[in-house]
Amino acid sequence: MKFSIYPLSYRWILYILLAVYAIVTLIPFLWALSSSFKPLSEIIAGDFWPHHFTLDNYRQIFLEQPLFLRWLFNSIFIAVCVTVLNLLFNSMAGYALARLQFRGKQFWFLLILAVLAVPAQVTLIPTFLILKSFGWLNSYQGMIIPGMINATFIFMMRQFFINFPRSLEEAAALDGLNTLQIFWYIVLPLAKPAIAAQAVFIFMGSWNNFLLPVVILFEPEMFTLPLGLNTFKGQYISYWNYIMAASMMFTLPVLCIYVFFNRYFIQSVTFTGGKG
Amino acid sequence: MSPAILGLGLFTIAPILFAIFLSFQKVQLLGGIEYEFVSFRNFARLATDDRLWIALKNTAEYVAIVVPAQTILALILAATLNAGIKGQNIWRILFFLPTITSSTVLTLIFMWIYNADGLFNQALAWIGLPTYNWLSDPQVALKGIMIMNIWSTAPFFMVIYLAALQDIPRSLYEAAEIDGANGWQQFRYITLPQLRPVTFFVVAMGIIGTFQLFDQSYIFSGGSGGPNNATLTVVLLIYQYVFRDLQLGYAAAIAFLLALIIIIVTLIQRRIFDQDPT
Repeated sequence: MKFSIYPLSYRWILYILLAVYAIVTLIPFLWALSSSFKPLSEIIAGDFWPHHFTLDNYRQIFLEQPLFLRWLFNSIFIAVCVTVLNLLFNSMAGYALARLQFRGKQFWFLLILAVLAVPAQVTLIPTFLILKSFGWLNSYQGMIIPGMINATFIFMMRQFFINFPRSLEEAAALDGLNTLQIFWYIVLPLAKPAIAAQAVFIFMGSWNNFLLPVVILFEPEMFTLPLGLNTFKGQYISYWNYIMAASMMFTLPVLCIYVFFNRYFIQSVTFTGGKG
Repeated sequence: MSPAILGLGLFTIAPILFAIFLSFQKVQLLGGIEYEFVSFRNFARLATDDRLWIALKNTAEYVAIVVPAQTILALILAATLNAGIKGQNIWRILFFLPTITSSTVLTLIFMWIYNADGLFNQALAWIGLPTYNWLSDPQVALKGIMIMNIWSTAPFFMVIYLAALQDIPRSLYEAAEIDGANGWQQFRYITLPQLRPVTFFVVAMGIIGTFQLFDQSYIFSGGSGGPNNATLTVVLLIYQYVFRDLQLGYAAAIAFLLALIIIIVTLIQRRIFDQDPT
């Protein structure tokens, strides 16, 4: 719903404001992009556009850093696993808390609310020690298992399912479906908006996560892209053309997803915002 | 359904209990892990730790500037977009771009922009403002991170505000218009009060997020919190105590202090929002 509280003659001020902010938003990205196509000599000169457009930086990062593709794979693999597990577990737990009757339900719900208030840093050290004693440091399972469930999204899913019309489930129960079938065939397909919102957040969270990998991954083969990128920065201090090319390579996959699915990204933000 | 709850118990609740246990221990990480009960010594040490006070001061300064700034910027952007602008969706998609970009990439891009004769200083010089050595001057290093994070987080909250603005019933504005209220009065007496619950949410999320600043400081300073502890945050200090000094028990005590501060600040914020009559 749109409405206008400004007379038309003032409208152009708003457009100028938006245009200025659009420039402020875009310039860092354009600057990084143009730097990634510059030879080193032009990096120091500091002009905005490259005079001698070159793809050498991109060729260089793949040649000099053969692990780059491995890091890309690690990041994608971990993010996908974490997302799938979270969707499954958070939705199930949320549904259980919203609908099923079981012993200590109220207790679990309050516990989840309490967990929401505890910042991740508190559990970081214990998680590190637990993973160490399992021998899971520097492994995929060490990155995936601790993040496979999330109190925030259990809470979000519970709120979603509580407002869900009960009649559908009751009809399905009359038709002889058991709880698991109802959940799988009736509830989940109808919970798509909530699940899409969750998926976007969890995937992005895992993809961009820096704290957990910096704590538990120490062999370069196991690095995720953010960690690899940080190492890269250490190796090529002041070779900003390489660093920017690597940064662009890291941004590209998410940017592609964003171009096609931007609707879901923005919906996911409003979804959590509305429920908060 | 119960496996999910068991999973939560194992990987979230157990670590919290374990963290409580740790904060009362001196932990030795030599091959195996050895624990020694030290009662409240870790907590007593908090008061006398100079670097902790520096980290708390930096973090508090960061929260106090970034949260209001990003909230106000988000509100201005949302209100502008909502004022009957053409192509609202395209602007929104464009503005949202920094939010989807990883903090690592953003930090690297901004370090490059903040370079001594980098783009930012060029722009400052062009409009006649003083330039700084953003990366290595302790006076401005944290401010550099603040500017970057206000820029990258505001669009996220802008989207939340925009959705809330579109939910405000139009009839309220029509009634106000009949009563002769001008644009600013409508904003002040209808929009702002209607947005209160959302603002509470935005500020609470902002507080929780900013208190946990880590990635940007770590990458900016190469993990040191430098120059001269200027970018040392509480979470970075926890990291340093665990992985440089191997003082896990003490680090756990700091983590609890941080949790306590976040909870108290959020509660205070809640009281302010509940009482203040607008």
